[in-house]
Amino acid sequence: MLATLVIVFREVFEAGLIVGIVMAVTSGVAERGRWVAGGVAAGVLGACLVALFTRGLSELFGGSGQELFNAGILGFAVLMLGWHNVWMARHGRELAAEMHEAGAAVVAGSKSLAALAVVVAIAVLREGSEVVLFLYGVAAAEGGAGLGMAVGGAVGLALGVLVCLLTYRGLIIIPTRYLFAVTSTLIAFLAAGMAAQAIAFLEQAAVLTALDQTVWDTSWLLSDASILGRALHTLVGYVDQPTGMQLVVYTATLAVIAVLMKLFAVPPAPQPRAA
Amino acid sequence: MPAIRTNILATLGPVLIASLLAALSAGAASAEDTVTLPLTIKDHRFEPAEVHAPAGKPIALQVKNLGATAAEFESSVLHVEKVVAAGAEALIHVRPLEPGRYKFFDDFHRATEGYLVVP
Repeated sequence: MLATLVIVFREVFEAGLIVGIVMAVTSGVAERGRWVAGGVAAGVLGACLVALFTRGLSELFGGSGQELFNAGILGFAVLMLGWHNVWMARHGRELAAEMHEAGAAVVAGSKSLAALAVVVAIAVLREGSEVVLFLYGVAAAEGGAGLGMAVGGAVGLALGVLVCLLTYRGLIIIPTRYLFAVTSTLIAFLAAGMAAQAIAFLEQAAVLTALDQTVWDTSWLLSDASILGRALHTLVGYVDQPTGMQLVVYTATLAVIAVLMKLFAVPPAPQPRAA
Repeated sequence: MPAIRTNILATLGPVLIASLLAALSAGAASAEDTVTLPLTIKDHRFEPAEVHAPAGKPIALQVKNLGATAAEFESSVLHVEKVVAAGAEALIHVRPLEPGRYKFFDDFHRATEGYLVVP
């Protein structure tokens, strides 16, 4: 039971962090509950489908289907996160100003909500498919789902939800005027970390071999298998033994998002509008 | 201002695509001399528990899970992580290595571990 709990929690934990951040980023936007819930539901459904077809998926592309699939959905999540940040840089201010005028905010906010719902779905799908495969394997081995497994799985899931709530609560205590800067930074690092992870999958598929040597090793200081290491891995893409290409792509993702945010930002209005 | 933005996007796009293509073709070139190492997981043990490969050559680990439960083949030194369902087989590519002892394990059952040794 404990083993099940630990493994389920470890997987749900990462998705929980991401969902918590998305909830905080979208706090105050109407309809966001429905979008986030929709993302989670789509992710759970996707996880079951991926787990169901995992063998077929593995055998695609000369045995590297799983890697290319993971790299693909991670790449898509990076695009969605980047797009959200650029969009918010452009419309964030007007969105905040119109927040009380519910109608306009719903229309404006739902565009970026859709992008973030996709990110939620991908995070849940990726971690969820591993949980499903693991639990299915245990259930099959024991000839039916044991009580211990059910309890372990449920407690692991509940702890993951708790992580999600704590992340959300921790972020929304930030005063509104700083919240945008904090969440934009968080999202940019989240995107860079996912991009570096996509590179790891491409390297594992041997699609990408340039700059594939380990640049440094900080596993003596903080292993990325530890709980703190995993949290930092999800949040800022911490890897204890990164390859050259991972570092290049990580830095490039941050730089591209920062440059695009600057380019598309609304220039500060020189004269205030008459009220 | 909009003209400058379009210019930056127009130059950035092709550069990114070109570098991606260059990286992809570099990957395809070395695929021929890959050393394939068969490995099985059964009763939560790797068989063999230690595999050997020459230095400086791309390696492919052919992991067959003969156990009743799913395994997650993982190694931080080797930068790999892959779920192998019960009864399934997976191919995991590893970059050319320098001499050393590289540990791998089943992330679903941490006690299950093995080594890739490069003399």
